[in-house]
Amino acid sequence: MDKSTIATVHPDMPARRYPGPQGKRPRKALSGRNIMLYGALGLAALYYLLPLYVMVVTSLKGMPEIRVGNIFSPPLEITFEPWVKAWAQACTGLNCDGLSRGFWNSVKIMVPSVIVSIAIASVNGYALANWRFKGADLFFTILIVGAFIPYQVMIYPIVIVLRELGLYGTLTGLIVVHSIFGMPILTLLFRNYFVSLPEELFKAARIDGAGFWQIYFRIMLPMALPIFVVAMILQVTGIWNDFLFGVVFTRPENYPMTVQLNNIVNSVQGVKEYNVNMAATLLTGAVPLFVYFVSGRLFVRGIAAGAVKG
Amino acid sequence: MTDIPVTSPATKARRPNRLFRNLNSKVASIPMIVTSVVIFLGGTLWTVVYSFTSSKLLPRLNFVGIDQYERLWATPRWLVSIQNLATYGILSLIFSLVIGFVLAALMDQKIRFENTFRTIFLYPFALSFIVTGLVWQWILNPEFGVQSVVRSLGWTSFTFDPLYNEDIVIYGILIAALWQGTGLVMCLMLAGLRGIDEDIWKAARVDGIPMWRTYLFIIIPMMRPVFVTTLVIIASGIVRIYDLVVAQTSGGPGIASDVPAKYVYDYMFFAQNLGQGFAASTMMLLAVAIVIVPWAYLEFGGRKRG
Amino acid sequence: MNIRAFTAFLAASIVVPFGAAQATDLEVTHWWTSGGEAAAVAELAKAFDATGNHWVDGAIAGSGGTARPIMISRITGGDPMGATQFNHGRQAEELVNEGLMRDFTDLAKQQKWADIVRPASLLKSCTFKGKVYCVPLNIHSWQWLWLSNDAFKKAGVEVPKNWDEYVAAAPALEKAGILPMAMGGQPWQANNAFSVLVITVGGKDLYQKVYGDKDAKAAAGPEMAKVFKAADDARRMSKGTNVQDWNQATNLVITGKAGGQIMGDWAQGEFQLAGKKAGVDYTCLPGLGVTDVLTTGGDAFYFPLLKDEAKSKAQEALASTLLDPKTQVAFNLKKGSLPVRGDVDLQAANDCMRKGLDILAKGNVMTSTDQLISQDTQKQLEDLMSQFFAGSSLTTDAAQKRFAGIIASAD
Repeated sequence: MDKSTIATVHPDMPARRYPGPQGKRPRKALSGRNIMLYGALGLAALYYLLPLYVMVVTSLKGMPEIRVGNIFSPPLEITFEPWVKAWAQACTGLNCDGLSRGFWNSVKIMVPSVIVSIAIASVNGYALANWRFKGADLFFTILIVGAFIPYQVMIYPIVIVLRELGLYGTLTGLIVVHSIFGMPILTLLFRNYFVSLPEELFKAARIDGAGFWQIYFRIMLPMALPIFVVAMILQVTGIWNDFLFGVVFTRPENYPMTVQLNNIVNSVQGVKEYNVNMAATLLTGAVPLFVYFVSGRLFVRGIAAGAVKG
Repeated sequence: MTDIPVTSPATKARRPNRLFRNLNSKVASIPMIVTSVVIFLGGTLWTVVYSFTSSKLLPRLNFVGIDQYERLWATPRWLVSIQNLATYGILSLIFSLVIGFVLAALMDQKIRFENTFRTIFLYPFALSFIVTGLVWQWILNPEFGVQSVVRSLGWTSFTFDPLYNEDIVIYGILIAALWQGTGLVMCLMLAGLRGIDEDIWKAARVDGIPMWRTYLFIIIPMMRPVFVTTLVIIASGIVRIYDLVVAQTSGGPGIASDVPAKYVYDYMFFAQNLGQGFAASTMMLLAVAIVIVPWAYLEFGGRKRG
Repeated sequence: MNIRAFTAFLAASIVVPFGAAQATDLEVTHWWTSGGEAAAVAELAKAFDATGNHWVDGAIAGSGGTARPIMISRITGGDPMGATQFNHGRQAEELVNEGLMRDFTDLAKQQKWADIVRPASLLKSCTFKGKVYCVPLNIHSWQWLWLSNDAFKKAGVEVPKNWDEYVAAAPALEKAGILPMAMGGQPWQANNAFSVLVITVGGKDLYQKVYGDKDAKAAAGPEMAKVFKAADDARRMSKGTNVQDWNQATNLVITGKAGGQIMGDWAQGEFQLAGKKAGVDYTCLPGLGVTDVLTTGGDAFYFPLLKDEAKSKAQEALASTLLDPKTQVAFNLKKGSLPVRGDVDLQAANDCMRKGLDILAKGNVMTSTDQLISQDTQKQLEDLMSQFFAGSSLTTDAAQKRFAGIIASAD
C-alpha cells in the first residue's frame, strides 16, 4: 500500500465515504454491542478528560479548600484569584509580574518564527518537488534523518554557531533555531503537497516561460493555502510548547511562557499554591488548546500528514 | 485555480536554461542545505568527535580515547537511565500501539459523535510536556491526589504514590506520556484503517471470518507500513524524552526516573564535563540510528520520486 | 577608613559616583527565589539602585543546579549578563581560565578587600593565579540542624541537643504522627546533608582526608562506615518527606509537621519570614551539636568581561556595593547568612547567627566542599547520595564502596 495516499487523503476523510468494516448497516440504538462500544469509548474519554477537569476545578478553589478537599470535587466557592495571581502576580525572584510577561515573550518568539520557518520550508519543498537538482535527495534525506536526532546532540554545536554569528541570546537566534528544527517536518509537508499537484499545471506554466519564483508565487502559493494553514497550526503549537530551546537559547527577560511556567511552579515562597500552579498551567496550555479546538480537522490533518511520511 | 497566469509580460519568452533553473532552485534550497550539512551532519560529527576528548566546561581537543565511554558504562546513574528508557520504551510502545489501535478500531465502527470523541482523545497532544507533567504531578500527589481520594473513601491503607516510590516512578511517567501521546497514535491508525479497501471486509464477511480475526490476521498485516511509521515516530520520541521527566519528577526520587537525555544535560552543563555529556549523547544518537537508518533507507533512499 | 567612608557614601547617596548621570541597567542573575532569599536580594537591588544604576533582576528558579548551566552557557555563548552569583570555589574556575571573567584586582587593592574580608579563605577562593575575580558576599555554612520545638513538645520528648539524641527521639516523633526529619528531593540536599554528617559524626580530620586529600582509603575505611551508619539513620528518619524544594522541607519544620532538618544557615531566612523566634519556636544546632565546626562556603558575585564601558563602570559600582557594610548587614540579616566582613555591627543578629559568629570568631572553620572538589565529582556524589536517600535500594556497604570509588577518581 502506498503510504503517501494515507497521509494526504485519509486522515480527515468523512467516515461515510468508506463504509465501515462491520456487517449490518442499520443498527438498533441499544444493542449489547453498542453499549459495549460506547461504554468503552466513554470510559476512554473520561480518562482523557479527567486531567483537564482537575486542572479547572483546582484552579477555581481557594487554598484552604484544596487542603481539606479532594481533587475531584467541584469547588464549593468559586474564586478567580488564582487566575489573577498566575497571570499578573506570581513571582520568580524579584519579578512578580506573573505569566503575562512570558505570554508576550512567547508571542514575540512565535510570530516571526512561524513566518520565517514556513516561508523557508515552503519554497524549499517547492524546489524539491518541481525543480529537482542533483544532490537534492541526499540533503533531503539528511534533513529527515536529522529530525530524529536527539536535540541534546546538537545543542552545543548550535550554541557555538550562534555565538560565532553573534546571535546567541537574541530573539533572532531563537527564531533561527526554531526554523532549523521546524524545517524537516515542514519541508516534507510542502514537498509532499506540491508533488501531489498535477504535473501538467507546472509544465504548462513552464512552456509559457514562467520562472522559478513566478510559478511559486502565482501558481503554487495560491493553491497551497490549506497546507499553509496546516503548517501554521503545526508550528504555532510546536513553538509555543517548546521548553528546551527556550531555556538554552534565551535570556531570562525573554523566557517563553513554558519556561516561566516551570519557574513559577518550582519557585516556591512559603507553601506551594496548587491553585495558582494549575491556573498557570491552564493559561500556558490555553493557546495551543484554542488553536486545536478552532482548527479541529486541519490540526488532525496536520499531525497525520506530518507524521505519516510519504 | 483554473486560469493559470501563463505569460506575464515581464517574462522574456525564453526557456530558462538548465543552469539558471538549477541556480534558482539551489538558492531556494540553501537553508535546507546549510541546515542538513552544517547543523545536522556537522553538529553531530562535532559532538561525536568531542566525545573522545576530556573537555570539561569548554570544548577542547585533548583526546583521551574511549575513556568517557568507559566511565559512562561504569556509571550507575547511566545504567539506571538506560534501564528506565528500556522499561518506559517497551511499555510505551506496546501500550500506545494497542490503545491507539483499539481506540481507532472503535472509532471506525461508524459511531456517532466521532468528531467529539476524536477531539477528546487528541487534545492532550496539543499541550506541552511541561503542562502534561505538572498536571499529572498534581493528580499523582499522594497528599492530595488519587491516593488521598481513595483513602478518604474508606480504604485507608491504599497506597498509590508512583512519583515518590523508586520502584514504580517510571510508571507514573508512563501514565502521563500515554495520556499525551495515544491520541496521535489513534489518529494515525484511524487513517490507516480508513485506507483499507472495503472489498477486503466484504470478502472476510463472505468467508464468515469473525471480526477480531479479520483485524488480527488480515487488517493489521495490511497496515504494516502504518505500523512501521508509527513505530518510528514513537521510538524517536521515546529516546528524546526529557521535558516530561523534568516537569514531573526532575528525575527523582533519587535517580529513579532518570533518562539519558537528562543525564546528557546534567553532565554537559551542571557537572561541567562536556566530554561525558557528549559521550552520552553519542550513545543516544546510536540508539536512534539503529531505528532510523534502515527505515530512512527504505523510505527515501530507494525511491526516486515520492 | 577612607575607603570605608567612601563605600558607605556610595550606598547611601543618590548622586552617581561612577560614570555619567545616566542610569545603567545591569542584569544580575542568581538563583535566590525562595521567600527569604527574594527579600534579601531586594536589599541588594535597593542598594545598587541607590548608586544611580539599575538592577535588572535575572532570577532563575530551581536552585543552582538549574541556574548554573544557563548562566554558564550564556557566558560561554557570548551573551554575558552584567554579574552573576556563583558559590565560592571551583564553579567558575574554567570560565576564569578562559579569560571570560573580569579581573577585579585593582578595585580589590584600592578598597583593601584583603583586610576586610573574613575569613581570608573566601577571598582566596576568589583568587586565581594571584588575581581577584569575584566578590564574596556572604558566608554560608551547611552544618546546622533545625528543630521544631513544637513538634518535640507534641511528641512528649525533650528538644535534642545533639545528633544522637535526635536519632533517639525519632520513634517518639513518629508515634505522634510527625515526620522525624525533612529532606527535600533535590540531589544537592542529600549530598550536602551527607557531607555535614562526614564533618560532624566523622570529624574534621576525616572530612579533610576525604574531600581535601581525596583519600580513597579513608573513604572506604571504618570511620567512614560510621558516617554511613548515621546516614542510614537519616534516611530512615526522612522517609516520606515527599517534597522537592529545600524551603518546602523547611516549611514542614516551621509548621511542626516535621521534627527537624539538616540544612544550611539560609533556612533561617525562612523561619524569620514566618515570624518564628530562635530559641522559642525553633532550635538550631551548629555542627549538629556534635562537632563545633562550620564550613565557610557562600555566595560570591562574578563579573563577566564586558565590552560596554558604562556597564563595566556599573559592575564596579555593584562590586563596591556588595562589600559595603550597610549592604552586608541588610542582606545577611534577611538571608540568614553571615557577613564576610568581620567589622560590621550585627546587633540585630538573633541567637542562631550569634552562635555562628562565635564559631567563626574561634576559627573553627573548614573549607567547603564547593571549593575542594570539582563540579564533576560533586555531581557524581549527588547522584550517589540522592539515590541512597531516595529509598532502601542501596545498602550502606554498597554506597560506601561507590563513594570510595568516586573519591578515588575525584579531581
